[in-house]
Amino acid sequence: MPGLEDLYREIILDHYRNPRNRGELPVPPAGRYEGFNPLCGDEVILFLEVSDGRVEDLRIAGQGCSISQSSASMMSAAVKGKTVDEARALIRAFKSMMSIHEARLDADGEPEVVDGSDGSTETPPLGDLEALQGVVKFPVRIKCATLSWNTLDQGLTAVEAGS
Amino acid sequence: MTSLDVTAIKADFPILGRDVNGRRLVYLDSASSSQKPRAVLDAMTRYYETTHANVHRGVYAIAEEATRLFEEGRARMARFLNARQPREIVFTKNVTEAINLVAGSWGRANLGPGDAVLLTEMEHHANLVPWLMLAQERGVELRYLPVTDDGLLDLSDLDRLVDGVKLVGVTCMSNVLGTINPVREIADAAHAAGALCLADAAQLVPHVATDVQALGVDFLGFTGHKMLGPTGIGGLWARAELLEEMPPFLGGGEMISDVRLDGFSTNEVPWKFEAGTPPIAEAIGLGVAVEYLEKLGMEVVRAHEIELTTYALETLRERHDDLVIYGPDDSAGRGGVLSMQLGDIHAHDLSQVLDQSGVCVRAGHHCAKPLMRRFGVSATARASLYIYNDRSDVDELSEALAEARKFFA
Repeated sequence: MPGLEDLYREIILDHYRNPRNRGELPVPPAGRYEGFNPLCGDEVILFLEVSDGRVEDLRIAGQGCSISQSSASMMSAAVKGKTVDEARALIRAFKSMMSIHEARLDADGEPEVVDGSDGSTETPPLGDLEALQGVVKFPVRIKCATLSWNTLDQGLTAVEAGS
Repeated sequence: MTSLDVTAIKADFPILGRDVNGRRLVYLDSASSSQKPRAVLDAMTRYYETTHANVHRGVYAIAEEATRLFEEGRARMARFLNARQPREIVFTKNVTEAINLVAGSWGRANLGPGDAVLLTEMEHHANLVPWLMLAQERGVELRYLPVTDDGLLDLSDLDRLVDGVKLVGVTCMSNVLGTINPVREIADAAHAAGALCLADAAQLVPHVATDVQALGVDFLGFTGHKMLGPTGIGGLWARAELLEEMPPFLGGGEMISDVRLDGFSTNEVPWKFEAGTPPIAEAIGLGVAVEYLEKLGMEVVRAHEIELTTYALETLRERHDDLVIYGPDDSAGRGGVLSMQLGDIHAHDLSQVLDQSGVCVRAGHHCAKPLMRRFGVSATARASLYIYNDRSDVDELSEALAEARKFFA
């Protein structure tokens, strides 16, 4: 049986209590993107400034549970200054960590460590974000963890479409 | 009036015997869906094992028995609500479908541009979205009765708001605040203004003796799974003469009397509104759930919930300084629904920690986002009480709240 400490790792609680890149950016030049979790009412409002194919700056507003807010905070720290392609690679890596595959759960419900060492050169290291891996054992909370990432994905797509 | 023997009642519910996370299951989410007594489960299994056949079709023995049992479920529900006749009960999936039926049938036949519907800020999405859809489709104006800071409907402007509307839709009991609304007063105001009144009784019927004639409404939606019955069955009660006038809702088998390639004519009420094979085992289960509640006595059920709600409000507030419980303070004017905010712990995190103690509460917006916005919260953790809960369950909740505070400190 997964315990609370699998879900609420210290680094997650730290990002929840002291969220990074919290606030807003002027629109324009930044774009404003909203993500909602209809299940629980969590919302992430992402202010994203991209220039020359690079995430120059971003801020997170909105409110929600510790998992959604800490994931957003960690995401903001991880993608700030990265190129759009690098940010997209991080989104893919994070969402792959968050996808549930029965095969990845052993008898004790322990997910295998996904650290990008599977030979793929495309997968960037997730660093602190790996603390969120325990969320996979609480399937209802996966949407909390991926909310900000889906919002970033939506924002990058909008930027690339020139809107 | 005797009180409930909760120990004996708990023993009637097989699920309450199981553990969760190594702890006794403390089920405090009956406003979302109630648990089922063995009598309901047995009746449904027995039906499938001995009687199942489609209803209103075959002439053979088990088909006739199935039809009789199915219609008995309807008759019991009619009696439970003090309907004038069983045909005033139309079976639907749930209250959501019942209200969609009213909006889709009565609404489409009677509402157009320039017409208005009065709802309240307290409604569940089930009594908002069908009307929002109709508003979008044909320009119907929607008005809303506001909610006071105490969680009551603000009726000070009722006369002005109701003027010129064709329908008033109101929840009998808020699924977030527990507030029991003065439905009779609102129905009278609606009728005085020449409007009809629709009551969402999803939270009322399981907990408070409900008399559709005394409430004075024209439509009332109820659902089985919150009142000890199975999921997949609920219904619409409406005055027979309204049902007679209304066009059909869903089309298909059962709801017709004749079909030609160039048209059809409809079946009699209530079958006119029951297209397709209905939830037969579920109707039978619902009838047994009604019997179970009748045996306890709805007055006794209500008294138990007032007593337990009073105990919960007092003990939880006394022990937890940082606990906010939304809704009216007076237990006599509210149901056993406790929407909580503990310090700055998000409802989702709170319910996750409570689950470790086997305590089941609902976290989120409870399908009432406009009401949540009214109170400036995005989510609450909601504990809701029923006949199988007692003080020991409230005490477990209180203990688990203390543990949650410690965890997030």
